[in-house]
Amino acid sequence: MSESFIDRAARAAPPVFAQKVKGLSDRAIAWIFVAPTIFILLAINIFPLIWTIYLSFTNFRVNRPNNPVEWVGLQNYQRILGDADVWITMQATAHFLIWTIVCQVLIGFTLAYLINKKFRGNDLWTTIIVLPMMLSPAVVGNFWTFLYQPQIGLFNYIVGSVTGADPSSFSMIGEVSLAPWAIVIVDTWMWTPFVMLICLAGLRSIPESIYEAAECDRASKWRQFWTITIPMILPFLMLAVLFRGIENFKMFDLVVQLTGGGPGNTTTLTSIDLKREAFEKWRTGYSSAYAVILFVTVFGLASIYVKALNKVKQR
Amino acid sequence: MKNRMMNSASAIGLLVGAGLAGATLTATSAHAADLTLCWAAWDPANALVEMSKDFEAQSGHKMSFEFVPWPNFADRMLNELNSGGKLCDLLIGDSQWIGGAAENGQYVKLNDFFDKEGIKMDDFLPATVTGYAEWPKNSPNYYALPAYADVVGWTYRKDWFSRPELQAEFKEKYGRDLDVPKTLAELKDIGTFFQGRDIDGKTVYGAAIYTERGSEGITMGVTNALYNYGFKYENPDKPYDLEGFVNSAGAVEALEYYKALYDCCTPPGASDAYMSQNIDAYKSGQVAMQMNFAFIWPGVENDPNVGGGKSGYFANPAGPAGQFAQLGGQGISVVANSDNKDAALEYIKWFSQKDVQQKWWDVGGASAMRSVVEAPSFASSQPYAQTFLDSMAIVKDFWAEPSYASLLLPMQERVHNYVVAGKGTAKEALDGLVKDWDEVFEDEGKK
Repeated sequence: MSESFIDRAARAAPPVFAQKVKGLSDRAIAWIFVAPTIFILLAINIFPLIWTIYLSFTNFRVNRPNNPVEWVGLQNYQRILGDADVWITMQATAHFLIWTIVCQVLIGFTLAYLINKKFRGNDLWTTIIVLPMMLSPAVVGNFWTFLYQPQIGLFNYIVGSVTGADPSSFSMIGEVSLAPWAIVIVDTWMWTPFVMLICLAGLRSIPESIYEAAECDRASKWRQFWTITIPMILPFLMLAVLFRGIENFKMFDLVVQLTGGGPGNTTTLTSIDLKREAFEKWRTGYSSAYAVILFVTVFGLASIYVKALNKVKQR
Repeated sequence: MKNRMMNSASAIGLLVGAGLAGATLTATSAHAADLTLCWAAWDPANALVEMSKDFEAQSGHKMSFEFVPWPNFADRMLNELNSGGKLCDLLIGDSQWIGGAAENGQYVKLNDFFDKEGIKMDDFLPATVTGYAEWPKNSPNYYALPAYADVVGWTYRKDWFSRPELQAEFKEKYGRDLDVPKTLAELKDIGTFFQGRDIDGKTVYGAAIYTERGSEGITMGVTNALYNYGFKYENPDKPYDLEGFVNSAGAVEALEYYKALYDCCTPPGASDAYMSQNIDAYKSGQVAMQMNFAFIWPGVENDPNVGGGKSGYFANPAGPAGQFAQLGGQGISVVANSDNKDAALEYIKWFSQKDVQQKWWDVGGASAMRSVVEAPSFASSQPYAQTFLDSMAIVKDFWAEPSYASLLLPMQERVHNYVVAGKGTAKEALDGLVKDWDEVFEDEGKK
């Protein structure tokens, strides 16, 4: 087959000429393609971050644009870290995070394990189980406030009929001891299906042949579960924990709708507290410092976690 | 001759009339504007929509309305003002916003306009002028026209109170008639008496009170006890001096009283209740008494379950240090950022007319105009009219400082933590409030 003109021209052209299009080098072309993305990234991510860090050292209030902006150094950080209420909020967030993750992983994995078994109608059950996470958090919050009503709520009625307690004698979202658990229950109800789906994907990715080999080696079901299923699904579980952890750290709408952060400040999570400082009290400098502290916390924890996740995946 | 003269005069008259009409039409169309009035989404707002049709017909301006549900009202509207938005030409904003809106130049100062149009603040109830229109308070600087007079008062089940068997039982237990309470202590007794009682086969409770955490609910409730036990926002002789006033012995006692009222007499689960939850509790026959703003009274009167004479009304009862009630209500302001200020001022002029104010009361609004509410026929115009007058005479309001939101939030938190969550003592809650408020005023450079 004879060589085409283009092939010959391409071979004959000096390397420098090949790298140029209308006077632009490969590097320049690369920049042209990448620059818009970098610009957008700088504009909507990096600049606000740097600006927030700057504001965190000032007394700026966005609702007082005419007030002089003073540099206050670390004062905002000192105030936040020395404020007992902020630590109570952190504790409430930690309680919410830990318990929702524990419940969702345990229940989600169990559901995935059961759904993964071949049985009649398992697709239908999967669809039904997945329904709650398709709802809006505001709707779910509103819906559950009715379920939690002491006098007409179905939740209280069921608990009452199981335990024999008077349904109107306790208020899930009105009592200090119960409200933190009320939000854990709702979040678990809503987001366990998400963990279940991730686990289901993990379970279905394990080759059948491994179990067949284990069967040949006369490994018990329990042994297969601990030595094949758990190690192979662990990266998926850790991924689910990462997603749910990040999501629940910034949880806002569901809890606001359910309890408004109360009773007292029992269910005031950091995101709710931050919103109040920033957009109700309008303490912009103070809330910027608050946001920076939360950012560093989440970024630090997530970095450690991702490293651990990568190690697990490499095993 | 006479006929010719008449005809000529008629022709001239017609020409002049046509000319004037044309001029008026030209003037109207030249200035016709689309005005947007922003307010909370509630019954009075719907009444105002109907009334405003008269203004549209008279002025040629077209009215639009932006009504926001109460829980989001402050957030939405204060964001609008702070961001310099142009959504609202007229805003019926809460009384507490006046300070901030005035100092930040968000409302038009109305003094010159009032002087030019002959609108006198003396024509309105003094408490509403101070509460809804003035900044600084008690100075003749007006940023609003009193638009909706409102106050916290009480509704009670007159039909339950009048039952002979309950009357007898109450008298035996408390040694007095079961009647409208004159003091807060009596109110608590009545609440306790009804709590958990079986009436017509249904368990009922004492009282629905404000306990809401997210916006301003529990503050608007607890102040009805605080004022009456001696709480003052600041030292009358030294502004922003809070110690010993906000956390006075009387204030501590008042907060303890409100917690006791919450513990003894509210329906189960009433830990986050504000206006609508209390209305629901009352109309569904759960409670014997209801704390709520007066705006709900027309609705109670017309309700098939509790209206038509089954309900009565009374002003917030007295405490050891006097009788006061929390002011509600709003003034109507022109938003400084509006492109239609002249047309918006026309609306305010129209709204300030006596016949419009009378109609405002008649359709379920609440006029603050003295000629309306002090008319001899007013007290008997509605079953709740006298209570409205009695209540408006004893009002006090929350801080109207520019930083009112920064002052409101810690109060919500401190009070809710103590009353509903049961954390700490009343003294600790009020000491904490003094600390929080001092911090806010220090930030503001006022201390």
